[in-house]
Amino acid sequence: MKLLEVKNLIKHFPVKNHKGQVVHAVDDVSFHINEGETLGLVGESGCGKSTCARTIIRIYDPTGGEIIFDGQNLATLSQRELKPIRKNMQMIFQDPYTSLNGRMTVRDIIAEPLIAHKIGNSQKERHEMVAQMLKQVGLNTEHGTRYAHEFSGGQRQRIGIARALILKPKLVICDEPISALDVSIQAQIINLLTEFQQKEKLTYLFIAHDLSVVEYISDHVGVMYLGKLVELSESKELYKNPLHPYTQGLLASIPALDIHAGKITDKAEMSGDLPSPISLPSGCRFCGRCPYAKKICAEAEPPMKEAAPGHMVACYLYS
Amino acid sequence: MSKALLQIENLKTSFYTQNGEVQAVRGINLELRAGEALGIVGESGSGKSVMSMSVLRLLPDNAKIKEGKISFNGKVISVLSKKEIRVIRGKDIAMVFQDPMSSLNPLISVGEQVAEMIRIHYPKTGKTEMRSRVLELFHLVKIPEPEKRYKNLPHEFSGGMRQRVMIALALACKPDILIADEPTTALDVTIQAQILKLLANLQKELGMSILFITHDLGVVMQLCSRAIVMYGGMKMEEGSMEDLFLHSRHPYTMGLIRSIPKIGQDKSVPLQPILGSPPDMLNPPAGCPFAPRCPYARKICASQVPPYTAIKNHHFSACWLVTEDAPATNNPFAQSSTTA
Repeated sequence: MKLLEVKNLIKHFPVKNHKGQVVHAVDDVSFHINEGETLGLVGESGCGKSTCARTIIRIYDPTGGEIIFDGQNLATLSQRELKPIRKNMQMIFQDPYTSLNGRMTVRDIIAEPLIAHKIGNSQKERHEMVAQMLKQVGLNTEHGTRYAHEFSGGQRQRIGIARALILKPKLVICDEPISALDVSIQAQIINLLTEFQQKEKLTYLFIAHDLSVVEYISDHVGVMYLGKLVELSESKELYKNPLHPYTQGLLASIPALDIHAGKITDKAEMSGDLPSPISLPSGCRFCGRCPYAKKICAEAEPPMKEAAPGHMVACYLYS
Repeated sequence: MSKALLQIENLKTSFYTQNGEVQAVRGINLELRAGEALGIVGESGSGKSVMSMSVLRLLPDNAKIKEGKISFNGKVISVLSKKEIRVIRGKDIAMVFQDPMSSLNPLISVGEQVAEMIRIHYPKTGKTEMRSRVLELFHLVKIPEPEKRYKNLPHEFSGGMRQRVMIALALACKPDILIADEPTTALDVTIQAQILKLLANLQKELGMSILFITHDLGVVMQLCSRAIVMYGGMKMEEGSMEDLFLHSRHPYTMGLIRSIPKIGQDKSVPLQPILGSPPDMLNPPAGCPFAPRCPYARKICASQVPPYTAIKNHHFSACWLVTEDAPATNNPFAQSSTTA
């Protein structure tokens, strides 16, 4: 069953002092996530993956498109109408240092969503719920009376996860939840997230730039480039058989942890930088860096097409 | 084997803070040979950056080199005065930092910033010669249209291009050693691949030695032939890439490799994280710094620092389990030592 469906989502930001110009942060992105599954979104910085997530949860108002969550279109709701729905969609942020209030105790931080949604009749009841949550994320009840700065990065991220999960949401948006953590801690957090998913039947929208982590945690993966979704497929299939030249380049750029794999320093690199999202190239947005670009690529944007069963790609090589 | 260009002997660097002494580096020995790329791998707080900063004496005021000797080309540089080390810094040993956004002066054009480097070490260089030298460097690091870009300010460059400027800056005086401190961490993977390739080519072309500091094992493997794994201010393991990845003889290195998901990995099997968190360097553990998190730790690990044991040529491990009288039970290295 589809829990979240995004249809032609658009988010443009106006450019200061340049009337009429906009940053095309998210352009015509469509995907869906089934209940209990994980969709990974990958792409380089500036590709719009975080904006996409923030628009879905309506931190930003969409410029266009539909966000259908649990059968309801969120794109047109007012903030007041959104509030009860927000209980079912929570977010885990990238930076565990800045996303926790340094002046609140951990217990207050985790209890805050309960208060906002009027859950629990008394403070005592809420504190009990917090204590239970702390245990579930691998912290102690005593930790609740401390402040965020007393914890390490990995522990802070556990606090962030506790705050997101205490409302028992259906959808959790994880925006680079492990990229600020040390390598030896990352696996702890990934395991915690997968454990919760199995236990609570959670649905994740998982955003990261680390492709191997995304492959591990996701059922489906979408690749974004300059505001566009360029490829979307079942995760194993995407990594085994990447179709879009950008996905291929991205995968080839990962420094593999395999001594027998070829070195990236011997491979052809993906040349060039991302173009400006304000003045976009006409046609395919990747065509300036694409080794296979044809004449048509510079003329019209390629549509998203199913190139193999369940494997969508927006590239003229496959149509 | 060529001789050591840079030699660090028993380096100990500490920070003196309000809370006490933070022992960031606790007795590091290393040798960087001419023309080699040596990787230093470690997590935040392992002391890898402080070690490299100690070489060039770029430490903040509250940090001090307590002990140890650093020699460059046979000359002891750890006893030089601040003024004397400046002659070496940038000219013989240059550095590329992690964050290209904050390492460049935002008010001076990139060309001028590179020229300044040459001017400091070679004040007699003429204007036209200086300019052509800078353009040559920009060409070397593959900045497109160097002449047009000379006058640009750093904010007009993308992250990857800024890191190229930083590399040009570091190469300006043809250093013998390039210390690269997480040079690709702030960059996207595709840009990271470009910069790694550039560094690998430059190293081959110019024959420099690179000390490559990073937390990313995959990146080290791309560029270096040999690496040192650091933890808690100490060396844990040292060896060729093959030694470390295929025949690791240290639980920390093994744990790091295991905890990273690999592409195509079976999803039904949970990852094997390293439990616990890194040590507090205010009160570092008396024994092996990794002992509190080590699944194989024994009594002796907590009380005594393990000796740095040679496994075979150039492969060393600081672990009680690889010493001669290590027990055979709960020892991952017990039988496998013969198959290596």
